[in-house]
Amino acid sequence: MSANRMMETDNTALLHDPDRETELLVGIAQRVLDRAKAGGAEQAEVSVGSSLGREASVRLGEIEALEEARDRSVQVTVYVKQCTGSASTGDLRPEAIDETVDRALAIARNTQPDRAAGLAEAGQMATAFPDLDLWHPEDIPLDDLVARALTIEQAGRDADERIANSEGASVTSEANLAVYANSHGFIGRLRGTAYSQSCVLIARDESGMQRDFDFDSQRCWSDLAAPEATGREAARRTARRLGAERIPTGRMPVLYTPEVARGLIGHLVAAVSGGNLYRRSSFLLDAVGERVMPEWASLIERPHLPRAARSAAFDADGVATRETPLVEAGVLSRYVLGSYSARRLGLETTANAGGVHNLELAGATHSFDELLAEMGEGVVITELMGQGVNLVTGDYSRGAAGFQVEGGRLGAPVEEITVAGNLREMLTGLVAAGTDVDPRHNIRTGSLLVGEMTVAGQEG
Amino acid sequence: MYEQVLDSLLAPAGVGEKELELALGRLVSSQIDFGELYFQRRVSEGWMLEDGAVKSGSFDSDQGVGVRAVAGAGTGFAYADSMALPALLDAAGSARAIARTGGNGMVRVGQPRIAPARYGAHDPVGGGQSSDRVELLRTIDAYVRSLDSRVSQVSVNLASSRESILVAATDGVLAGDVRPLVRLDIRVLMEADGRREQGMSGGGGRWSLASITDPEFWQEHAREAVRIAAVNLTAESAPAGYMTVVLGSGWPGVLLHEAVGHGLEGDFNRKGISAFSDRMGEKVATEECTVVDDGTLENRRGSLSIDDEGTPSACNTLIEKGRLVGYMQDRLNARLMGVEPTGNGRRESFAHLPMPRMTNTYMLPGKHDPGEILASVDDGIYAVGFNGGQVDITSGKFVFAASEAYRVKNGKVGAPIKGATLIGNGPDVLTRVGMVGNDLELDSGVGVCGKEGQGVPVGVGQPTLRIDGLTVGGTG
Repeated sequence: MSANRMMETDNTALLHDPDRETELLVGIAQRVLDRAKAGGAEQAEVSVGSSLGREASVRLGEIEALEEARDRSVQVTVYVKQCTGSASTGDLRPEAIDETVDRALAIARNTQPDRAAGLAEAGQMATAFPDLDLWHPEDIPLDDLVARALTIEQAGRDADERIANSEGASVTSEANLAVYANSHGFIGRLRGTAYSQSCVLIARDESGMQRDFDFDSQRCWSDLAAPEATGREAARRTARRLGAERIPTGRMPVLYTPEVARGLIGHLVAAVSGGNLYRRSSFLLDAVGERVMPEWASLIERPHLPRAARSAAFDADGVATRETPLVEAGVLSRYVLGSYSARRLGLETTANAGGVHNLELAGATHSFDELLAEMGEGVVITELMGQGVNLVTGDYSRGAAGFQVEGGRLGAPVEEITVAGNLREMLTGLVAAGTDVDPRHNIRTGSLLVGEMTVAGQEG
Repeated sequence: MYEQVLDSLLAPAGVGEKELELALGRLVSSQIDFGELYFQRRVSEGWMLEDGAVKSGSFDSDQGVGVRAVAGAGTGFAYADSMALPALLDAAGSARAIARTGGNGMVRVGQPRIAPARYGAHDPVGGGQSSDRVELLRTIDAYVRSLDSRVSQVSVNLASSRESILVAATDGVLAGDVRPLVRLDIRVLMEADGRREQGMSGGGGRWSLASITDPEFWQEHAREAVRIAAVNLTAESAPAGYMTVVLGSGWPGVLLHEAVGHGLEGDFNRKGISAFSDRMGEKVATEECTVVDDGTLENRRGSLSIDDEGTPSACNTLIEKGRLVGYMQDRLNARLMGVEPTGNGRRESFAHLPMPRMTNTYMLPGKHDPGEILASVDDGIYAVGFNGGQVDITSGKFVFAASEAYRVKNGKVGAPIKGATLIGNGPDVLTRVGMVGNDLELDSGVGVCGKEGQGVPVGVGQPTLRIDGLTVGGTG
C-alpha cells in the first residue's frame, strides 16, 4: 500500500508548516470578531481548531481499521448588552462562518441579560507564551502505525497462554492547532501533538472470560513505551483477573490504584469548580479555608510542565495560567474558577476556564507494597463502573473490581462488588498516598489508601 | 425522503447521482466487499435557564461525508467536511487504502429504498429566532417554583436538532432520512433543615416543538422533578448486600440495556468476546422474559426509519420466553456471521464508523399486578429511578445507579433510601427474574448510549420486575 496517497497537500501543511496554517486560523478568528462587532456585539470571543489524526487498528494479526481524521471547527460567543449567544460550525467556508456569527447574534437577541456575562478583564490576558514543548510533529505512514499495532498485539498474545482472544491493538497520531481570540485584541495560539498506543486482550479459563487493557500516550512519538511492553502489560492485567469472585459484605479499608485514584481527586475538583458552586450543587460549598484532605496532602496546579497532558499558557478565557496550590496541608486554598463563574460568585478568576491544568498530589510517602502492608486486610480497587457519585451530597456508591488484600499482600481477584461512602469523609480520611504516580494524566496521583468503606458483595 | 435529502443536502454542494457514481467508482474494486458514502448535516439548538433567566443559548451546525471501504473484517475510513466532488474523491481514495489496490470500477446508483417513516420530517430547530422558547422556559421556571417553597434552584434545558442523512453504497444501497429530535430537562435543587437534594425529570422524542410546549407534557416533568427532590430530602442510608430488588416500570429498563443489550450486539459476538457469545438458543432468562429491540416505534427517541447504513429498522426479538434468539447487527458483522442486517447499524456522525447499536430495548409485559409483586417481597428494595449504567461485556458484570429507591419489608414499601449502585452479572440476572409485571412502560425519552466514544439516542422500557438477588451498594 502506498500510505502517502492518503496525504492531501492540505493535511501536510498542518504538519510541516503549522505557522502558515495557524495564521489561516487567525484570519478566520479575525473575520468572526469583525463581523460580530459590525453586527452589534460589544464583546466577542472565538475558538478555531484544525486537527489531523490517523489511527490503525489490528485484531488477531489482521488490519481492522485504517482511519484518517481531518477536523476543523469554529466556535463563537457574542455579548450584546449583557446578553450571550453562542454558535458553532464545522464548515469553514467564509459564507458558513458569517452565517454562524449571525446565528450567535440572533441567539443573543433572545437571551436575557446576565450581569456576569462577558470576557475576562483585559488586564488578565496572558502576555507571555512560553514554549511548553508540546509540538513534535511526525508524518508517520499508516504502514508504520499498522506494524507497531501488530507488534503490540502479538507481544500480548504471546505473553500468557491464558490470553485466548483479543479486541485488538491500535496506534494513533494526532496534531492539533487552535487559536483563541477575543475582542480585547487577545490572540492565543495553541499547538500540540499526541501519540497513543493501546491493547485490549481477553483471557479465558474454566472460570470464564476477562478483559483488560494497557495503553500509553505521549506528546512525542519517541517517548511512547516499547510496543512489546504495552502488549505484555495488557496480558498481565487481563490474565490476573481470571477467577475473580465476590467477597462477603462488610466494612474494610480500600486502596485505589492510580487509574481510579485520579477519579477521587477529580470529584474533589468538580466539587470546588465554579459551575457546581454557583448552582449550590456541591458537597464543598464555602469550603475555602476548611480541611478537605489530611494534613499530609497538598494539590498543586502546574500549568507549565513541559510535554504534559494539559499544559497551557492561558485558559479558555485567555487568562494567564500560573502555578498555584489548590489544597495546602489538607486545607482548601481556593476554588477552580473561570471568569464567568468567578463573577457569579463575586470572586476573581483562577485561570481555570476549561478546567485544571496538570494537578499534582504532593505528600506521597509509600510505595505500593508499603500501602498494602499498611492496610493489612481489605480490598484493592483497580476498576470502577457506573455513575453513582452525587456531588450535591457527596454520597458515593460505585461498582468495582480489584483484588483482596490479606496479610499485607495482594490476594485473589474480586469482581461484582460495590464500594460506598461519602466523598467528604473519604477525602479527609485518606490514610496515605503512593509514590506510584502516573504522569500521563491531567490529575497526577499515585495510589490512595482510603479509610474504611462499605463493600457489598455476597450476603454478609 | 431520499429525493428530499438529495435536493437539500447534496445539490448545494454540486453533487447529484452522476457525482455519487464517480465517487463510488473510485471506491469499488474486486478486493472490497462494499464501499459506502454517508452524507450528513445536523443542526441543533439549545437554550438553558438558571436563576430564573435564560442566560445562554447556542446554535450548532455540522456537515460532512464519511467514506468507508470494507474488505473482510477490515475497514478503510476517511471523512471530509466538504461534500463537493474533489473532497469526495480524496476521501474515497483514502478509504480504499484498506484494499491495498487502486480501483476504478463502474457503479450505477440503484433505486432508493423506501422504508416506512417512523416519524414526521419536523423541523424543531428555530434558527435562533426563538423568543417563544425563552418564554416557555420562563413559564416552566415559575411553575416549578410555585410547586414547593423548598425549591432553591431550578435549571431547565431545551435541546432540539434535525439531522438529514443520505447513504449510497457500491452494492446499490441508496436511502435517505430526516430525523428530528427534541428533549426537555428540568432539574430542581431543594433545601430544608440543612439538607440539599436534587430531583430531575425530562423527556422528548422525534417530535415537533409543539409537543414540548404542551403544558400537560412539561407540567408532568416539573411535578416529577420536585417530587423526587422532596423524596430524597428524607432518604435514609441504603442497605448493603445481596438482596431481592423490585425494579419499577419504564426507565429502570436500563437494566436490560446494560445486562443483556450490549452483550447481544453483533460485533462482540462475532469476535467471541461477549459473555453471551456462542449461547444462541440457550436459556438466559426465566420463561416469563421476552426482550426486543424495536426501532419501529412511532416518534420514539431511539426509533429510526432506516439505520445509518440504509437498512430499514425492525422489531428484533433478542430473548424469547427466556431463550436467546437474536443478536443486533450492522452490515459488516451480519455478513461475517452469515446473517441479515437487523437495522441496528448506527453512528454518531459522518466522522464515526457505524457499529451495531440498540434502538428502543424493552421487555414485554408479564401477568402480575405490580402491587402483587411488591407484596411478595419479605426484605429488599424497590428502585424506580436510575441515573444510568455501564457493562463489561466480556465478564458480563453490569451496574446501574438508583436515584430514587425505597426499602421494602414484609410486602410493604417503606422509607426512601439514598441512591445506591446495583451490580450484577448479565448472563444470569434474568434467570433470577421471579415475577414480571403486566405494566409495560417505555421511558420518557432521555437516554443516550455510549459505545467506543460514540453517543446515540436510545430508549428503554420494561414492566415492573422482581429480581431474586442482586448486590445493592449502600452504606448501611
